[in-house]
Amino acid sequence: MTMKEKSKILIATLTLAIAIVGAFAYEQHMRSQKSIIVLATTTSTYDSGLLDYLMPIFQEKYNAEVHVIFVGTGQAIEAAKRGNADLVLVHSRQLELEFVNSTYGIHRVGVMYNDFVIIGPLNDPAGIGGLKNATEAFRRIAEEGDKGNAKFISRADKSGTHILELSIWNMLGLAPSNKAQTWYIEAGAGMGAVLRMANEKKAYTLTDRATWLSFKSHLANLRVHVEGDAVLLNPYAIILVNPEKYPQRNYKGALMLAKWMISEEGQNLIANFKKEGEALFKPIARNIELAHMLGFPEQEKELEWYDAQNL
Amino acid sequence: MYENTFWEEILNITLLSLRVSGTSVLIGALIGVPLGTLLGLRQFKGKRTVMHFVDVMLKSMINTFMGLPPVVAGLVVYLLLTTSGPLGWLGLLYTPTAMIITQLIIVIPIIIGVTMSAVGSIEKSIRERALSLGATEAQAAWLVLREARMGILTSIIAAFGAAISEVGGIMITGGNIRWWTRTLTTAIVIETELGNFKMALTLGAILLSISFIINLALTIVQLKGARK
Repeated sequence: MTMKEKSKILIATLTLAIAIVGAFAYEQHMRSQKSIIVLATTTSTYDSGLLDYLMPIFQEKYNAEVHVIFVGTGQAIEAAKRGNADLVLVHSRQLELEFVNSTYGIHRVGVMYNDFVIIGPLNDPAGIGGLKNATEAFRRIAEEGDKGNAKFISRADKSGTHILELSIWNMLGLAPSNKAQTWYIEAGAGMGAVLRMANEKKAYTLTDRATWLSFKSHLANLRVHVEGDAVLLNPYAIILVNPEKYPQRNYKGALMLAKWMISEEGQNLIANFKKEGEALFKPIARNIELAHMLGFPEQEKELEWYDAQNL
Repeated sequence: MYENTFWEEILNITLLSLRVSGTSVLIGALIGVPLGTLLGLRQFKGKRTVMHFVDVMLKSMINTFMGLPPVVAGLVVYLLLTTSGPLGWLGLLYTPTAMIITQLIIVIPIIIGVTMSAVGSIEKSIRERALSLGATEAQAAWLVLREARMGILTSIIAAFGAAISEVGGIMITGGNIRWWTRTLTTAIVIETELGNFKMALTLGAILLSISFIINLALTIVQLKGARK
């Protein structure tokens, strides 16, 4: 190969490299012209399809781009605490209050709720079908589990669902673990994955109703056994990331999205989101009484605050 | 309408995968091939010198990093790019750039390692002969590189294969955001979880086809090289 050929190849390679890297930089620049909002949320709001339904409407209206990171509530809050998100949409009162108390999260406001159900195999080896008491149902599952008749799959991912599950075991004075109890399976996975696993293993699990309804048609081995206990109510909150902690984050965008979610329009859209004719989430932002009942004592004040913010 | 977004999304995911892995391999090759050649060309006479020791340590390290689990690369890049981390001010977490950086950490050792051994295996015979025939050091080095080109090409293709099929690292640093950082592999994970098997299988078939095309190209080039 002559010198000339060598330099030709070198120039061609370099040009290609610069072109590719340049194209990337250009696209990222174009994207950054839009307001990018990073929303950290739970697998349940994503797996149920709610965000894929809501976000395009918001993005169109405000010429913004919402990047949704879907993990468990614990991880979502952790991401926000580290400054990797602009706001969170989560469901675990205990973790939410910790987040607000740490001053990393501000203006916690109730958005919507649905409920949890206990599902399990059709033949119901723990005999919990029709119970109205979730705690009693868990007690029976543990009892039959120890005898080797039943299995329970835990999310084991610090999600809102997992935290609620732990609090129910805690009420019974139990702390099952995969290490000591073979019937207790710690999956470390999202809601959808755990439902599929429960279907394969014919096991019990705790799930939010929205994800259950979205997946039901694929889960022939499972049915709902327990529902309607007050313990099983599942309210979702929006919390903004404190701009004083992370001034580089898109606080304005986060506020815009939060305001829209709790606006009349956002709340009506949530109420109209249905799967197989059933509404998956019920709005609560503007139903003060219900919001109080579901653990948002400051709802009125926060709502006023959000409504007073001008963008 | 459904069918349109279905194929549009698949196209978006495929192009992103190709671009992320392609860019990381290209940058990786620009860094890795010269370094690998340099290491492969290194010759140390006298076995007990400090330089020899450094050389052995360096090569063992590269071989270790060739087997670096992608999730570890993902974890390291995450900790660097997280907003409160040392490079947080760049605002790169959950972007394709973060994914490219992650894959760079995976592909550079592969390119260096394979180039190094390809150059090393040819080095002795060719270089000495060239030098004895009156070539300069630089000319001899170029000759070795030329003879080792199949090995270098193999290193690049192997790196691309590793990058395009990688999932753990880019899941952590890209965040698997729809229409933005979702690649073939991370999309297969989420679509399987959601039970969208049609989507997951289509993406799987595309991934397999890309692998096949790469290997076809590799085989053709190698056969051509053998004939010369």
